[in-house]
Amino acid sequence: MAGVDQHAVPAIAVEQLTKAFGRLVVVDDISFSVAPGEIVGFLGPNGAGKTTTLAMLLGLLRPTRGRVRVLGLPMPQARQRVLARVNFTSPYVSLPGNLSVRENLTVFARLYGVRNARSRMEGLLARFGLAGMEGRTTGRLSSGESTRLGLVKALLNDPQVLFLDEPTASLDPDGAERVREILRQIRAERGMTIFYTSHNMQEVERLSDRILFLHRGRVIAEGPPRDVLRRFERDTLERMFLDLAREGQEVSAP
Amino acid sequence: MSAVRAAAPGPTSPVPPAEIALRPGISAGRIVALLLRQLFLYRRSMIRSLEIIYWPVLDLLVWGFLSVYVARLRGGAGVAVAFLIGGMILWDIFFRVQQAISVSFLEDVWTRNLVNVFVSPISTVEFLLATMLLGVMKIVVIGFLLAALALALYAFNIFQYGLGLLPFVLNLILAAWGMGIITTALILRFGQGAEALAWALAFLFQPFSAVFYPVAVLPPALQAAAWILPTTHAFEGMRAVLAGRAVPWAHVGWAAVENAVLLGLAAAVFAWVMRIARETGLLLRTEG
Ligand SMILES: Nc1ncnc2c1ncn2[C@@H]1O[C@H](COP(=O)(O)OP(=O)(O)OP(=O)(O)O)[C@@H](O)[C@H]1O
Ligand SMILES: [Mg+2]
Repeated sequence: MAGVDQHAVPAIAVEQLTKAFGRLVVVDDISFSVAPGEIVGFLGPNGAGKTTTLAMLLGLLRPTRGRVRVLGLPMPQARQRVLARVNFTSPYVSLPGNLSVRENLTVFARLYGVRNARSRMEGLLARFGLAGMEGRTTGRLSSGESTRLGLVKALLNDPQVLFLDEPTASLDPDGAERVREILRQIRAERGMTIFYTSHNMQEVERLSDRILFLHRGRVIAEGPPRDVLRRFERDTLERMFLDLAREGQEVSAP
Repeated sequence: MSAVRAAAPGPTSPVPPAEIALRPGISAGRIVALLLRQLFLYRRSMIRSLEIIYWPVLDLLVWGFLSVYVARLRGGAGVAVAFLIGGMILWDIFFRVQQAISVSFLEDVWTRNLVNVFVSPISTVEFLLATMLLGVMKIVVIGFLLAALALALYAFNIFQYGLGLLPFVLNLILAAWGMGIITTALILRFGQGAEALAWALAFLFQPFSAVFYPVAVLPPALQAAAWILPTTHAFEGMRAVLAGRAVPWAHVGWAAVENAVLLGLAAAVFAWVMRIARETGLLLRTEG
């Protein structure tokens, strides 16, 4: 776990976090923390509460109960100071399709106060295989290209914590592998913390230092992928995931 | 830096660290960023740019010729022309500013960009200020265009009234800000079904704001209600100025007071809806 400092102020600290929509409890009293420089995969079946948790970490949703601190600051109270130093993307949101790639990135560079916008833009576009696409209309990019453009936007401000919701969902196997490679590299260069959700179990095994397994709003397993597998006596996370989804109940450690 | 340019593209190409200049509080830089997004949109879309002037120009043509006709019927009092064209131009200013606010919000909803904006360090106040400024920028363009056309077609020179109209125009902008913010709040709260409000809500006030006729025309009960609207005072004041009377400062004052109340109300409604949005996840919606 290169660059992970377990003793520093946690990049993310969540205590007894709960979110209910009306009487439906979607996130149920979860606690965890993520060290600076750590890559944590947040997995669980559809509807487990992953996106809802991310939204609370980003100040888009107010928790029903519990506390969220990002970079040591309380959310959503210190929203503006936190959001300046983190970023987020997902294939489910998109940049305005009617603007060019350059125009979109210019707008977001200014929103984040990035002074060397041009060189950041060019460097990141090249890294994600989008060099020379500055003039393209964003809405005409393929879904894979627009996912990668979302990542460029999310890295413009050199975030200390990067939040991703299913970052590789629309990428082909090669594209997904390249994105993982880039994320690992940027983490190594900058010590960036990455907190991401995924359904892709192989990805999680390859990319994460640690996983959090969410099921029906509760964290039911936590630890480095290998440890979790050993504890649950499964060969792959895929197996574990399937067993969970089929049984529809908690996988208990033997 | 030259090493950066020379490097081969690909996963290993170096990227310089970001130099961040983040201003706390209300930042002109972030407001300009949001304005830029709208300006880029107009620069790229011919149709959209034309739309800014299309309806106002058509309105002016219809109302202008109608008022010329009315003036002839009654044996030629130029002041009728002035009332109708003046009312039309000022109403357009009000409507366009209020609409600009809601539409620039809707633009983010339609393009699924709302989450990107709200996970950036922009504050709600900055977000609203940008839309309010955009409205003013739009009507400066429209206002001058209409004024020039009115002069060319109907020999109606709105600038001959000097600064007398300015207090009423400014009050209409304030009223439009208030209405625009409330409309946006309703769209955020009630979603796609409420989008038509961006165009419709302002017109609800048109009959009672005495845009094209004096308040005295309204039935007495309605008159009392009409005076609650800042727009009514603005249009009544406009007619006094156009008729060559002194600037009726009482109307300016009343409009200003009512606008202060309206803007306070708008801020409260918006803050309330933002709270609901963070409770129920309205900001996460990706329909569009
Ligand atoms: N704004 C909302 N209002 C009411 N219920 C919601 C809202 N957002 C999410 N839910 C419900 O909360 C549960 C968790 O949703 P969430 O989007 O967090 O799941 P997820 O783990 O991200 O799932 P997926 O893998 O499908 O993306 C779901 O049952 C969903 O229907
Ligand atoms: Mg989700």
